[in-house]
Amino acid sequence: MEPSILFYLLSAMSVISALFVVFSRSPIYSVLSLIVCFFTIAGHYIMLNAQFLAIIHIIVYAGAIMVLMLFTVMLLNLNEDVSVHKFNITKLIAVITGGLLFLVILASVKSSTLLTYQAPANLNIGNAQDIGMKLFTDYLLPFEISSVLFVSAMISAVLLAKKEVK
Amino acid sequence: MNLLNLITPSMMIPIFPLLGFLILSFLGKRLGAFSGWVASMAILGSFLCSLNIFLGLDGQQLNYTIFKWISAGDLQIEFGFLIDHLSIIMLLVVTGIGFLIHLYSMGYMHHDEGFTRFFSYLNLFIFFMLLLVMGNNYAVMFIGWEGVGLCSYLLIGFWFKNQAYNNAAKKAFIMNRIGDLGFLIGIFALVFHFGTLDFMDIQNQLVSFESNAPVLIFITLMLFIGATGKSAQLPLYTWLPDAMAGPTPVSALIHAATMVTAGIYMICRSNLLFALAPFTLHIILIVGIATSLFAAIIGIKQNDIKKILAYSTVSQLGLMFAAIGLGAFESSMFHVMTHAFFKALLFLGAGSVIHAMGGEQDIRKMGGLNKSIKLTFVTFLIATLAISGIFPFAGFFSKDEILAKAFEHNLLVWALLSISSMITAFYMFRLLFLVFYGEFRGTEEQYKHLHESPISMTLPLMVLAVLSAFGGFLGLPAVLSSTHQLSEFLSPVFMASKSLKVEAHALTHEQEWLLMGIATLAALVSIYYAFHLYMKKKVIPENEEALSGLSKWVANKFYVDEFYHKVIVNPMLILSDLLLVLIDKLVIDLLVNLTALIVDSTGRIYRLIQTGSTGFYLIAMVLSMVIVMFIQIIL
Amino acid sequence: MNPITNPESTTNWYLFLSCLLFSIGVMGVLFRRNALIILMCIELMLNAVNLLLVSYSAYAGNTDGQTFVFFIMVVAAAEVAVGLALMVSIYRNIGSIDIQSLNKLKW
Repeated sequence: MEPSILFYLLSAMSVISALFVVFSRSPIYSVLSLIVCFFTIAGHYIMLNAQFLAIIHIIVYAGAIMVLMLFTVMLLNLNEDVSVHKFNITKLIAVITGGLLFLVILASVKSSTLLTYQAPANLNIGNAQDIGMKLFTDYLLPFEISSVLFVSAMISAVLLAKKEVK
Repeated sequence: MNLLNLITPSMMIPIFPLLGFLILSFLGKRLGAFSGWVASMAILGSFLCSLNIFLGLDGQQLNYTIFKWISAGDLQIEFGFLIDHLSIIMLLVVTGIGFLIHLYSMGYMHHDEGFTRFFSYLNLFIFFMLLLVMGNNYAVMFIGWEGVGLCSYLLIGFWFKNQAYNNAAKKAFIMNRIGDLGFLIGIFALVFHFGTLDFMDIQNQLVSFESNAPVLIFITLMLFIGATGKSAQLPLYTWLPDAMAGPTPVSALIHAATMVTAGIYMICRSNLLFALAPFTLHIILIVGIATSLFAAIIGIKQNDIKKILAYSTVSQLGLMFAAIGLGAFESSMFHVMTHAFFKALLFLGAGSVIHAMGGEQDIRKMGGLNKSIKLTFVTFLIATLAISGIFPFAGFFSKDEILAKAFEHNLLVWALLSISSMITAFYMFRLLFLVFYGEFRGTEEQYKHLHESPISMTLPLMVLAVLSAFGGFLGLPAVLSSTHQLSEFLSPVFMASKSLKVEAHALTHEQEWLLMGIATLAALVSIYYAFHLYMKKKVIPENEEALSGLSKWVANKFYVDEFYHKVIVNPMLILSDLLLVLIDKLVIDLLVNLTALIVDSTGRIYRLIQTGSTGFYLIAMVLSMVIVMFIQIIL
Repeated sequence: MNPITNPESTTNWYLFLSCLLFSIGVMGVLFRRNALIILMCIELMLNAVNLLLVSYSAYAGNTDGQTFVFFIMVVAAAEVAVGLALMVSIYRNIGSIDIQSLNKLKW
């Protein structure tokens, strides 16, 4: 069965916005394109029945991380990015390297075979109840440790960005 | 007696000197004067063990392996000992005379600062000599062979602060090495043709060989070259007179009694091999006679007391080799034994004289010492009588036996050897008369310094004098007694080779008496001539500059040393200089410097990769990841 | 509730999409000189991986993949926080965020 039109639409939008992220002149445009990209990926999550994850994705990424980046761009006044349109051999090499990587990754997985498809036993795979169950039983330790991770990230962020006391 | 009981004593024989060496090397400084006793007791232990085995051996052969040494394909070389009658004679001689010389050295080297070093070297030498004698295959013998060469070097150059002594030590070692090359080639040929180096195995395999097979001739010639180097025959003999640079006990032990007889022992051990190659025996005979005469002639005109004895050693060794060449292996061993006694006595006596004269070695400056050092004089007289072959001292019987065998073989050989004996008698008595009789020709302080040596030096002299006097009775000829003790003792060893020898017509009793008479008469004539020259006419040897013609050639040792120097040593030096410039500087230095240069320059180039630009690093990272994955896909 | 797209037929396409997004992200990292945009491209790469994980989770029929994605998001969030703090600090010291000016680690 062919993938539906919705899949093609979403995929096209995510690829185009990703290209915009990379190739646009102004950092603000890159940030905004990335937000669009995140939304389309959230759409993909919903199509794959990962509802909880889609919401979390939007809240965390589009809502928090991108806003943070926007703040930083504004704060550091990085709107002018002059050096983009100066042609450099490095840019060519970069593009070629990226392309090569794409080809090599594809070629690496080409010969692999998928497992046989099994329809999910429980249809409620992606909802919050199921994920919550998993998090608090099988993956309890990583869950708790991620809280430690957050604490350390907060402390380091505060320390690094503090103005030096003269 | 059960042979198994003898294994432990036989293993202790070399272990005692080895322990002595190790103890003295590490603790010598702390032991001080006591180290002399440690070393002597070690050798005494070996002597007692040898005596124990001698009494218990009874015609059997003690042959056992200690461990498997080399195992390469078909070739199995083990480290083992073989003790039969031949080895036991050598063991008794080596350890017995070794012990006496250790005692002597305690007195002689008393004031030397290298006292403990001397004894450690002496013990090491005895250890290697014992290995040489006791080995049951050519490889173990070769270990001992090389080892005694090394110790000879160490001991000749003992007073290493004098460069001339060092040169003498080097000369001895290098000449020995030249002979060792022949020995090694012989060993390789043995491995190639016999597949083994074990004495008994080779002897068993020899039954399938015919006489004068080219293989055997080659092997025996190579082994003989080895013996030439070690036992100072022509042309590799010039190291022995120079080796007199070492202390006198060293000369006595190494160059009179033990090391120089190693070559003869080796040939006697391989007697069946040599008996099957009569061609080599002819060559040995010729070389032996030539050496004997040559060295004796040189000895006539020497003026250093030790050099005279050194040339006498070379001459007597030539006599022993001549005996081997005649196929008379037991006679050669008999002469080895008696020669060890009286030559060691002569050297130790000479040491005593030098000690009394406060270091003087020139006989032109001595004289009339028979009044001052009586004991040394008496023992020296006995030894001189023995070496000249006067009845009934030891040298008479052994020399007479060789001459009798020579007469059986060929009249010319007998005549030449008799002439050599006459010359020997002449120069030995010349030495005796010039040193001990007449008036004292030295300086005043030397005269006041004259004194008899201490008991530690005179006791060995007395023991050796007794042996020189009565040792000959071990080998009485047929006319005087029905049994020749030594030859019967050694007969199991030489049985096989005797069966091969073409029995010349045995001498009748009348002929034997005649020969003995002629020999004694010839010796007495020489002694009288020496007496006439040096006592009646009181001739004193002149200095070298006053000589001319033949005398000059003889006094300068026929210029052999100079010849060797010009023909062999100088081209070597030129060649090494050439190699230095050509190969050392141009090739090897170039290679080494080039390597360094390459490393340096590639380092310089690779350094440029670290540009510091982060973007470049990122690209490099991704690119290498791509390459790795690419290779992973391909492979 | 069933997924709208049938995992049996679309997993290959999700693989392709994910690889594409990933390599675009890599291209962005190598291409841009602005450190902030490089950080964003890294986020893009992480998201590509998330997408792939979720699609395989739907294919295999259990939620292990989605839980892993959860934790990846956790790490990404922490990383962005610290990274941005670093950017600010660098900006204060050097005055620009151009990575070409961070070139002191050389021979």
